[in-house]
Amino acid sequence: MSPAADRVRSAYRGGLTLLLAAALYEAVARSGIFPAALLPTLPKIASTFAAGLLDGSLLEHASYTLYRVLVGLALAIAVGLPLGVLMGRFRPVESFCLPLASALMPIPSLAWVPIFILWFGLGNTVAILIVFYAALFPMLLNTWSGMRAVNPLWLRAAGAMGADGRALFWKVIIPGASPFIIAGLRQAFLRAWIAVVGAEMLAASDYGLGWIIFDAKEFLNADVMLASLAMIGLIGFVFERLVFGSIERATVVRWGMVQPAK
Amino acid sequence: MSESAAVPAANASIAGAASPRAETRWGTIARTAFPFLVVALMWELTARSGIFPQRLFPPLEAVASALVRLTASGILPHHLTDTLLRLLVGFALAAIVGVAVGFAMGRSRRAEDVLLPLVSIGAPIPGIAYAPLFLLWFGLGNMSTVLLVAFVSAFPIVFNTWTGVKAVKEIWLRSAQAMGADNRRLLHHVVLPGALPYILTGLRLGLAQAWRILVGVEMLAAVPWGLGWMIFGAREFLNTDVMLAGVVVIGAVGLALEKLVFERIERYTVVRWGMMT
Repeated sequence: MSPAADRVRSAYRGGLTLLLAAALYEAVARSGIFPAALLPTLPKIASTFAAGLLDGSLLEHASYTLYRVLVGLALAIAVGLPLGVLMGRFRPVESFCLPLASALMPIPSLAWVPIFILWFGLGNTVAILIVFYAALFPMLLNTWSGMRAVNPLWLRAAGAMGADGRALFWKVIIPGASPFIIAGLRQAFLRAWIAVVGAEMLAASDYGLGWIIFDAKEFLNADVMLASLAMIGLIGFVFERLVFGSIERATVVRWGMVQPAK
Repeated sequence: MSESAAVPAANASIAGAASPRAETRWGTIARTAFPFLVVALMWELTARSGIFPQRLFPPLEAVASALVRLTASGILPHHLTDTLLRLLVGFALAAIVGVAVGFAMGRSRRAEDVLLPLVSIGAPIPGIAYAPLFLLWFGLGNMSTVLLVAFVSAFPIVFNTWTGVKAVKEIWLRSAQAMGADNRRLLHHVVLPGALPYILTGLRLGLAQAWRILVGVEMLAAVPWGLGWMIFGAREFLNTDVMLAGVVVIGAVGLALEKLVFERIERYTVVRWGMMT
């Protein structure tokens, strides 16, 4: 069978599965086995989603969540990237930071939430710091391993062609480490995205997608919860595919260092 | 920085990373302990200086004594066993379902077409976001906690198993078939060992994910015992020493899962078979 026909059949089967799953869900929701408040029908979820988008409330919550993620992520990059580079270049920095990072990394970021609440009060600061904590370690450790994974042959070759320290660093080491750094960025975003939702639920600020999901539980608004879940998934998907995908295409894929995913 | 200084430095760091360090055991221990001592000293100085109230920023011996007190009274072990039990049950569920689904997706085109859209839709939503929904559907307590942990950790297991099964070299399959292996032997002696490095990576990621989620869910699900709940409950009474002791135990468990469980499994399987170094 030709690959094109194969792909058509895959898409057809995939679409059919989704339709079937949706129909099954709809049938269960309408059958009345479970209360409608717990298992809302799909049109109800869709209309809640649309209403949230139209009156701007869903967008407002999403923008608060995004603000926390992006600030925390930016802090994590600002600390993790230079520190990772230093750890890769200088042995004393490595032997000082690596044990600390390996001891802190296995502690889930959410475990710090209650302590951070006591220290910094409820609100934005806690969420941003939790995001920072969650995103820091993937960023740091990936940068560090990227620095170490630069092919020594490239360094020698560039050195032999007369590259000085600065050129070597910017033209060879940083691009050479960039697949790792971008992978770290991706992983950091994923962790940050989990952490922000959890932190918003626990640290009860007034806005944010995590907070409305948690708040909707009190009022049995399962449709609001599912609509916000869809929004969370959508934003995560957009970041993963569009933002990081285009960063990769513009850098490491264009430089021919990794193959584009099929 | 002059060029003569920078180039050898870069080379030296790479060469040093590649070659094993000729250093004594005590040197390694001292070098690993040094950063912790510095941080502990800074913590102690801050705690004693009185910038922050001691209730909120307890000195280290308060944390240590809380750890000892809770362990001796049996409270901490009880919290710990309940948390570990939930982790174990949830993760076992995820491992069984995840490996089975991943295998089916890797071996059969039809299963792949059917399951991949469902898995790809569920995966990008952070697991903790489902927590309130699960609480609503399955009630507060163990049931929703275990199910959520299983649900969340199943995704990396499915994805990695699927990739691993598809990454088994075609030529291995053909040669095993040419040597007369039937379907069952093929699965058991070629596909499973061939996919195992990926499956182990998936299990490892799944377990780490499960651990991260479990602590958060325990705070939300109002379970009577559990480390997450212990930390969250202690906040009400400003028992920062108890909270920090809990965080220490959580970190230790996370480290032990990674070092003792998975590195050992890897050493006995894929490393011994020469598939990974």
